Amino acid sequence: MHLSVNGVRRNVETDPERPLLWVLRNDLDLTGAKYGCGEGQCGACTVLIGGNARRSCQTPVGAVAGQEITTIEGLADGERLHPVQQAFIDCDAMQCGYCTPGMIVASVALLRGNASPSETEIKSHLEGNICRCGTYNRIVEAVQKAAGSMTAEVKEHRHA
Amino acid sequence: MLELNRRAFLQSLGGGLLILCEAGAQESGRGGGRERLPENIGAWLHIARDGSVTGFTGKVEVGQNIRTSLTQAVADELRCAPKTVKLVMGDTALVPWDAGTFGSRTTPTMAPVMRKMAATAREALLDQAAKVWSVDRGGLTVANGCVLQSTAAKKIGFGELAAKLDWVSIVGREGLTTPAAQWQAAGTSLPKVNARDLVNGRHKYTSDHKLPGMLYGRVLRPPSFEAKLQSVDTTRASKMPGVTVIRDGDFVGVAASDEHKADKALGSIEAKWDEQPNPIGTAELFSYLGKDAPPSAPATYTISYIAHTPLEPRAAVAEWKGGKLTVWTGTQRPFGVRQDLASALGLSEQQIRVIMPDTGSAYGGKHSGECAIEAAKLAKGAGKPVKLIWTREEEFTWAYFRPAGVIRIGSSVAEDGTLRSWEFHNYLSGPSGLTTPYEVANKNEHFHKVDSPLREGSYRGLASTANHFARESHMDELAAKIGMDPLAFRLKNLKNERLIAVLQAAADRFDWAKHRSTPERGFGLACGTEKGGYVGCCAEISLRGGREVHIERVVTAWESGAIVNPEHLKNQIEGAVVMGLGGALFEAIDFSGGRIHNPLLSEYRVPRFSDTPKIEVVLIDRKDLPSAGAGETPIVGIAPAVANAIYSQRKSACAPCPCCHRSRPERTGRYHFKKRSQWRKREENILRRWPVVECGVRAAAQAGNSLADAAIGGRIIALQQQRPKLADSREKAKPELRLPIGSARPDNASDRDRFGSHRPMRQRCEPDGTGRQRIVCVRQRRAALGHQAIFELTGMRRVQVPAARLPIMALEQIGTQVDQSG
Repeated sequence: MHLSVNGVRRNVETDPERPLLWVLRNDLDLTGAKYGCGEGQCGACTVLIGGNARRSCQTPVGAVAGQEITTIEGLADGERLHPVQQAFIDCDAMQCGYCTPGMIVASVALLRGNASPSETEIKSHLEGNICRCGTYNRIVEAVQKAAGSMTAEVKEHRHA
Repeated sequence: MLELNRRAFLQSLGGGLLILCEAGAQESGRGGGRERLPENIGAWLHIARDGSVTGFTGKVEVGQNIRTSLTQAVADELRCAPKTVKLVMGDTALVPWDAGTFGSRTTPTMAPVMRKMAATAREALLDQAAKVWSVDRGGLTVANGCVLQSTAAKKIGFGELAAKLDWVSIVGREGLTTPAAQWQAAGTSLPKVNARDLVNGRHKYTSDHKLPGMLYGRVLRPPSFEAKLQSVDTTRASKMPGVTVIRDGDFVGVAASDEHKADKALGSIEAKWDEQPNPIGTAELFSYLGKDAPPSAPATYTISYIAHTPLEPRAAVAEWKGGKLTVWTGTQRPFGVRQDLASALGLSEQQIRVIMPDTGSAYGGKHSGECAIEAAKLAKGAGKPVKLIWTREEEFTWAYFRPAGVIRIGSSVAEDGTLRSWEFHNYLSGPSGLTTPYEVANKNEHFHKVDSPLREGSYRGLASTANHFARESHMDELAAKIGMDPLAFRLKNLKNERLIAVLQAAADRFDWAKHRSTPERGFGLACGTEKGGYVGCCAEISLRGGREVHIERVVTAWESGAIVNPEHLKNQIEGAVVMGLGGALFEAIDFSGGRIHNPLLSEYRVPRFSDTPKIEVVLIDRKDLPSAGAGETPIVGIAPAVANAIYSQRKSACAPCPCCHRSRPERTGRYHFKKRSQWRKREENILRRWPVVECGVRAAAQAGNSLADAAIGGRIIALQQQRPKLADSREKAKPELRLPIGSARPDNASDRDRFGSHRPMRQRCEPDGTGRQRIVCVRQRRAALGHQAIFELTGMRRVQVPAARLPIMALEQIGTQVDQSG
């Protein structure tokens, strides 16, 4: 079957029932999405499918063949980090970093649909993502900061 | 031995400048001549001929940010940019022996070692530069990786000097280091040195590690603790292509070319077990623990077992080559795990290399080497490298827990608020933080060992959390008894100035004096000290309907000597507050019959966004005092502060930790606290309180969205009689309500082929080709007429459906909304 991951077409021979997470990690060597619970409770495995945040541990790979899949590895533009990635660094919004890819991907999905989310909207959108180190308030701050810099970028772009 | 080897050792690093440092015997190194290097080498620092600076330490990074703080220490003494310093950590082949990373010891012990080595290197480089230029070294300075001669505007790089030196030096415990007041790189908020790799997904955790030809392992688990394997039939698994079955006594595992095959192979194994579970369960726990408590200490505080729940479960990758074993694993004790491996596998430690990549958190929960041993056995049996990642359920069940405990206190206080006597008994949870910091003439404090019905081990802050919870709760009760303000009462009995300073700082920022608890708002405070850290904590809670608690605001003041990295310190304190809230409010392991009943994240809630209050941190920087660790002690203040806020209107000398019932299904960040008069009775039956929707297949389809949620993480958690007597105790209903882990496997071979899981009642949602998905129940036999299955929807809602419709029911699937709900 064909998968389109981070803009690259990949051929995968596998059981379509297998969760996307393990195909990404074990077959395609994209280990940014993490295993945390295998039951859609922690969000560490979050990837974008057609721009929407999805739990890849709960998504059979057969169900997303042909759809555009974006993982944490596909967010940066070359060496230039995505504004959400940069904001996570700037706000020190991580400790062990294991939840970070899932948090960032889920935040990117949020900002695609809502350019300036409120604190409540961010918390509610990310409620399904667990950070065991407890950096939640910093993550909210990072998402708001990223929203600000993305809006500024768009404005700059318009003026240019 | 090192004397003989030191030249060779330097050559193995490519020459340059090598500084080794002795450390305190307790912190690093050990005697007996079992190591290549002398017993008390704590770390070494190498400046290569190309000028690169590398520190080698047995300490490991699990999110506490020591990779950054130790880098700052080296950069500070070498007067170079932190980005030019690298650290090699926790690789037993490359770093000196170290007892492990626990007890908040890195900052007070390893950072000074790093500093001494770097300072020695700096001085050696200055001497060498003076020699090269034939000048007095008084006019030379060090900056940006060079030695500078300001008068002649000459400079020479570290690399060139190190190449000329080719020198090894051993530094003693004494050594001149830069005082905190003059720190340059330390004392600043340097961002995490490897942050970039973490945000772009490039960092390789153990679970991300992959070797050529590597297989994926799974291990057969007993249905209950202490169960012995009676018989096992692995015929079907052995016949599966690409699968190897490995058996070593009671250890049975499989290794397969992908994780899906490994799952299926494991599911096909039939095993019979001899179960002999410990009779103590959640219901009996506290009466069992406190059975010997004296009547002179009547106030009772209970602490539940909780799980560390590191987001990265235990994982290991094992590879055998020429009789030597290399294991990558996330552990706080790489050398300890090496020893575990050696004794489990009959090897010498020299034959084993343990590599610890920076790991997805630990919190005291990753001291032991089970997963590494299992991976090594699988790899040996399969003849290929094997990766083993424990499932979340395995992590919950087969790791170890923070011990539960019962604490009993007897006390007396004078009318003016002076503590007169203090009797304190801790059963099981531990002695850390046992001693009261309050002045009291007549003191009697004991820790009593009790056999733990569950496997227990260290947890962030150890028993300090439990002891502070009990002590600080009791202090509030005493204050209420004599009608004194809790802050004034504490200050009256404290003489420890550092503790007074943090308590006062927290109260000031919180505006303690202006707040008075009402039936709708509660305010509580607590303070404590352990491991050189001092914490004062204030909490504000709201109460809805008299019972529903929400944490609104927390202020934590902290002092642990000179601050190394203010932002990272704040981050640690905020994280400790959030983690502490889980144990304070709702985390509790539910067990009986040698089984854990809530071994999944849908059943064991950990703090989420909605649980997180506004957190303010006040840092007190004591540059005149040595830095202590801050990864643990910030956690001790939050539980008593919150309990004091909740019970501020309801004084009585008892409190449970956690003090709320297990969180209701909705993600509201609100919980019902346990009424003190009732909390010792069994917790209410959860099912009785949770909203239950009854519906059949049609209703399910009509319910649309809410049922579509079930497809994500939804699973059958219980079967029960149609008219269950829910008012009865849960124990009584248990045979119907609880599906033990062992029997909760697919009941027939065809389902096992399809689902390949021995995990309890896991369902899969499958596309059925019509744009809909269906939930497939993997359990059939118990689903007879007259039973109902209770579905837990994403851990948030529960739905009952007639079991006659099982095992397969079709549900409307509403495309994109499904994952959003997860």
